[in-house]
Amino acid sequence: MNELLFIVLMSLVKGLGLLFLVILPLVSYTVYAERKVGAYIQDRVGPNRVGLPLTLLGFKKDLPLWGLVQPFADVFKLLLKEDFTPAHVNKVYYWLAPACAMAPSIMALAVVPFGSTLLGQPMVIANANIGILWVFAVSSLGVYGIVLAGWSSNSKYPFLGGIRSSSQMISYELSLALSVIPIFLICGTLNLPAIVQYQIEHGWLISPIWIKGVSLVPLHFDFQEVLHSFDLLKLILWIPLVISFVVFTVSMFAETNRLPFDLPESETELVGGYHTEYSSMKFALFFLGEYAAMIVGSSVIVTLFFGGWHIPLLPTTIAEPYSFWGIVLGLAHIAAFFAKVAVLLFLFIWVRFTLPRFRYDQLMKLGWYFFIEIALVNVFLAALILAIVPK
Amino acid sequence: MAYTVDRPKLSFSEKIYLPAVLTGLGITIRHFFDILTGKKKVTMQYPEEKWDTHLPSYYRGAPTLVKDEHGKERCVACQLCEFICPPRAITIHPGEIPANDRWRKVEKYPEKFEIDMIRCIYCGLCEEVCPEQAIFLRKDYAITGLTRAEMVHDKQKLYELGGVMTGLVYKWNEKK
Repeated sequence: MNELLFIVLMSLVKGLGLLFLVILPLVSYTVYAERKVGAYIQDRVGPNRVGLPLTLLGFKKDLPLWGLVQPFADVFKLLLKEDFTPAHVNKVYYWLAPACAMAPSIMALAVVPFGSTLLGQPMVIANANIGILWVFAVSSLGVYGIVLAGWSSNSKYPFLGGIRSSSQMISYELSLALSVIPIFLICGTLNLPAIVQYQIEHGWLISPIWIKGVSLVPLHFDFQEVLHSFDLLKLILWIPLVISFVVFTVSMFAETNRLPFDLPESETELVGGYHTEYSSMKFALFFLGEYAAMIVGSSVIVTLFFGGWHIPLLPTTIAEPYSFWGIVLGLAHIAAFFAKVAVLLFLFIWVRFTLPRFRYDQLMKLGWYFFIEIALVNVFLAALILAIVPK
Repeated sequence: MAYTVDRPKLSFSEKIYLPAVLTGLGITIRHFFDILTGKKKVTMQYPEEKWDTHLPSYYRGAPTLVKDEHGKERCVACQLCEFICPPRAITIHPGEIPANDRWRKVEKYPEKFEIDMIRCIYCGLCEEVCPEQAIFLRKDYAITGLTRAEMVHDKQKLYELGGVMTGLVYKWNEKK
């Protein structure tokens, strides 16, 4: 087969498979998790009714299944609602905005490695050398969707939401990008699969120590190697990496418009913010975009700090990729990646139901006075440590 | 005179927010696990579980008409409730009690007594104003219907909901 055609087809299969089999279900179940976790935190029950409608098939009782079918009901509701376009909006941009909000967050996933290899194929859609730069470039395009929505809606609350979101995203993009520079100083590459490979060899970047010479499959324990796995450089580099993790995570909250930084849509002040005038599937696209952005954010954090798809104590590659165990290992790596993403999504939800919203000036102050400075100093700190401490 | 409210002096740990944020996260995760493990239970599953037996005696449910233990209809169609009703939910058509009746002294009875439950706001003014202890707000709260006509409670429905009320003052007596 033509090699170029093969690459194109393979990327298409991976892209569509990732989007429709993983990301969209993950988005809908993140919404479910958000409602359920939020309910539990607030001592409520959450969605627990929509399950299998067995009564339609002639059985006596429905199966509630803890409300797990709720996302399907939500989707049907959104699809069947009237798609209303107010008379006063700027039609072109009004129709364009939801797509602009949704597309960038999905596009950013292209460079994130979500698994090792499956059937000999690397589980990353585009193994691009610009890696993280692509993520930053594309995810910052997400602001256009919100600004266009706010502007084209031609009414005051969406407009305020659009203004807030543009200033907020610009402010936090700086600290977002600055905070991960130490990682690239340490790994020496922007390529995300290469960063994962670095973490497999030298330990996850978030962990201060890393024990080498132990593995479960094949069973192996080398006492000498365990003793020698202590790495002073890694221990000291842990300090800038933790700072960079905190700054990056908090900036990611701001970048994805999540509480406590959800000023663009703050429903208590701005009705619904930038999507006040939207209904039906157009609203759903904003909704999907927000949650997809959360998933992409979590994926990037997992890739940069938590070793990507790496499972400790298990082999990372297997000699024969088409064997049963080769496929199991490939799937296990994909599952491990999304399990880590799920843990971070839980953190997103947990924080949302804990912290109140920042005031607008506090948000700007935090971004410009603190995070950029901390991130900048952190870059120099990491560079200094790398220069002074011997390998 | 203007007051000057001093800003509280914050310690370093308070200034950087993070300890407070972590405390808050601890509180919320405790609630999360309490509910998840079933250690704490706050809400009820409404249609299956109801609180009906715990309703207080002063609960203001649907307004109803009552009869006393002698089976006499208490309402004398004075129309005070109709006049006081803020959303004008009550409609009364008084009728005359015939001269040969046992209760002819009472003179009037409601020929038609309707409460529009779409309009009713459950304020209880009708019960308060009634000089005859005829109208009471009972404990029915789930008043539903598929049409507007269904939501208008007529006299029969009102007596059905109200039932018999004992221990009332007997104002009307043939001998008096």
